[in-house]
Amino acid sequence: MTKPTVTSNPHIRSKRNIDTIMWSVVISLLPAAIAGVYFFGTSALWIILLSIISAVVTEGIIQRFMGQKVTIRDGSAVLTGLLLALILSPLVPYWIPVLGAVFAVSIGKMVFGGLGHNIFNPALVGRAFLVASWPALMTRWINPDGITGATPLAMLKYEGVKAGYSQLFFGNIGGCIGETSALALLLGAGFLFYKKIIDWRIPGTYIGTVLVFSLIFRQDPIFHLLAGGLLIGALFMATDYVTSPITPKGKLIFGFGCGFLTIILRLFSGYPEGVMFSILLMNAAVPLIERYTQVKPFGYLKPKKDIDTKEEPKNG
Amino acid sequence: MKSFFGGIHPKYNKVTRREKIKAAPFPKRVVIPLQQHIGAPCEAIVEKDDTVKAGQKIAEAKSFVSAPIHSSVSGNVLGIANSPHPTLGKCKGIVIEADIETKWHESVKKRDNVESLSKDELKNIIKEAGIVGLGGAAFPTHVKLSPPPDKKIDTVILNGAECEPFLTCDHRVMVEQTERILKGLKILMKILEPKQSYIGIEDNKENAIALFEEKLQDMKLDVKVVRLETIYPQGAEKNIIYSIIKRKVPAGGLPMDVGVVVQNVQTAKAVYDAVYDGKPLVERVVTVTGAVKEPKNLKVKIGTPVKELIEFCGGYDGAVGKIISGGPMMGIAQYTDDIPIIKGSSGVLVQKEDILKDEERDCIRCGKCVDKCPMNLMPTQISQFAQKGDFEKCKEYFALDCYECGSCSFVCPSKIPLVHWIKYSKNELMKK
Repeated sequence: MTKPTVTSNPHIRSKRNIDTIMWSVVISLLPAAIAGVYFFGTSALWIILLSIISAVVTEGIIQRFMGQKVTIRDGSAVLTGLLLALILSPLVPYWIPVLGAVFAVSIGKMVFGGLGHNIFNPALVGRAFLVASWPALMTRWINPDGITGATPLAMLKYEGVKAGYSQLFFGNIGGCIGETSALALLLGAGFLFYKKIIDWRIPGTYIGTVLVFSLIFRQDPIFHLLAGGLLIGALFMATDYVTSPITPKGKLIFGFGCGFLTIILRLFSGYPEGVMFSILLMNAAVPLIERYTQVKPFGYLKPKKDIDTKEEPKNG
Repeated sequence: MKSFFGGIHPKYNKVTRREKIKAAPFPKRVVIPLQQHIGAPCEAIVEKDDTVKAGQKIAEAKSFVSAPIHSSVSGNVLGIANSPHPTLGKCKGIVIEADIETKWHESVKKRDNVESLSKDELKNIIKEAGIVGLGGAAFPTHVKLSPPPDKKIDTVILNGAECEPFLTCDHRVMVEQTERILKGLKILMKILEPKQSYIGIEDNKENAIALFEEKLQDMKLDVKVVRLETIYPQGAEKNIIYSIIKRKVPAGGLPMDVGVVVQNVQTAKAVYDAVYDGKPLVERVVTVTGAVKEPKNLKVKIGTPVKELIEFCGGYDGAVGKIISGGPMMGIAQYTDDIPIIKGSSGVLVQKEDILKDEERDCIRCGKCVDKCPMNLMPTQISQFAQKGDFEKCKEYFALDCYECGSCSFVCPSKIPLVHWIKYSKNELMKK
């Protein structure tokens, strides 16, 4: 007999791994991507493909160059590319998604040490870079009927015109490729909830906070829920494992912070939208949040003098 | 449904749940280790070439937290040798060549005056019978039954959760020996005089729940059967106490700190054997399962080599990957099948070669280990500090409260051996 393998327990493991998680999130974003292509045409499709390919190639080249194991099959670069494309206007020139994805993966993720080590959501880093560098190109919008125009949030902010709920819900309205259709986003998120890849804590507190504060500021909460990037941000970006807290209480604080900043930025800043900056700001606060929300063990007692730490028996 | 927070749902694979308990083939030679329990090792009281009988005490406990050891066979002592041990790696053991026909020691005889025995007499019988917790940790039972005077016990819980995947030995004992378990429990209740008593069973063992309810009515015993959610690690002591009576054992503390004593169902059965039949703990029921040709529940003499049990189960089914003493979640991987069954052995699980080839990746901070930890710890943080050698930080993150159930490593999508690192940090902290 060959020598049996000896390792620590446990000797069985769940089938879920990084690949299944990342590819599940990619699948969950397909309804939004398809809706974007349906409403905005083939240019949206090209933007999505270019962004994904650029992200994957960038990760592959950097890993090869650094002598690391190439992990582009795990789906995380695909996910970054796809998410970035979904938060771009369908009118951007084709070099924009390419540059954005290269920046997102290289500066947003790889310089920190790759997957698991980045502080900020890479797709949002890519978008922030593009918005800061080419603000005019990044804020040209088009409606699905082909007429250029502002996004619903901008129309509300600068012109006081409010779009209808059904347009916002189905996505037949101006905005980023993947953010306009609430229906498609909810479908995808439903899949992630069902698969238990995300849970209610971050999206729930995020969206809940926006709703409550829009009521407090005498705004239409349904409009704020459906318009702009709130749903894609709360369901698919704030829930990014790497850049959100791992503590249960931390998740609630993180969600609240994102929601609060979003509504404040939407109502009181120079921009019509605030989801991107809110999440990026809260990403930076994650280490601090985790530090103050460290969980206490089951049966924790405030230490007196000497904590008795002897092993105890257990049955079972 | 009664439960605790955290926990996981592994595939249960209880393939032997309907296999009746069979007697394992008689061993030709047994190796009975001098340490099979938590506490001080025993001292041998037999020598090479002595003749011993089954049930005869062959090693004496030298301190209170310890339990004497008895021969499981009659035969000749071949010597005392360092031999493989399922939990300690190597340990001194008494090697006995067994007679073909078992001669029982004269001390092993039925008692007909059980009702009239006093508490102290009962406790002494249990102590002298070498009974330890048969759920796995093997803590001496008489110690649990002798709480210090300032710890008033008001609750007794019989643990029939058997939450480990694959294992069915407790289940079979509950189904086949229901009455003996209850009579054993009655003795425990007589000793401890609790205000309330429970039997906790996971709801994947409906027939056991029904049998206990029926028998309890017949015996007019004031014990409640509690149907527990089937979730791992429901059977861990602190978790089952919380599931049933919602009391939290303080971190670093013992169940007696909240007035509770928990005993495994097979332990109760062993108490019955010791008190009614005068039989010390020399055999137990073990599930032999996984990649063997015919998985079985076996009644095994302590000291029987695992190799013989595997042969009796038709031998290995394919190339062997791991041989595990215990279940897949908390069991210990063995380097040889030359180990004996000891008091705490609940199962032998064989795994094929092709399992667990997962590639380890960096932590993606999904937080699943934090969500699933039944002790509410942060396994990924402890593991990262342990890898850096910062054990003080491990302590700040309560590494010492981990009882190594394995839920964190089970769910980790990055396949990080979290338990391994936490154990490492605990060992380093213990050294100080």
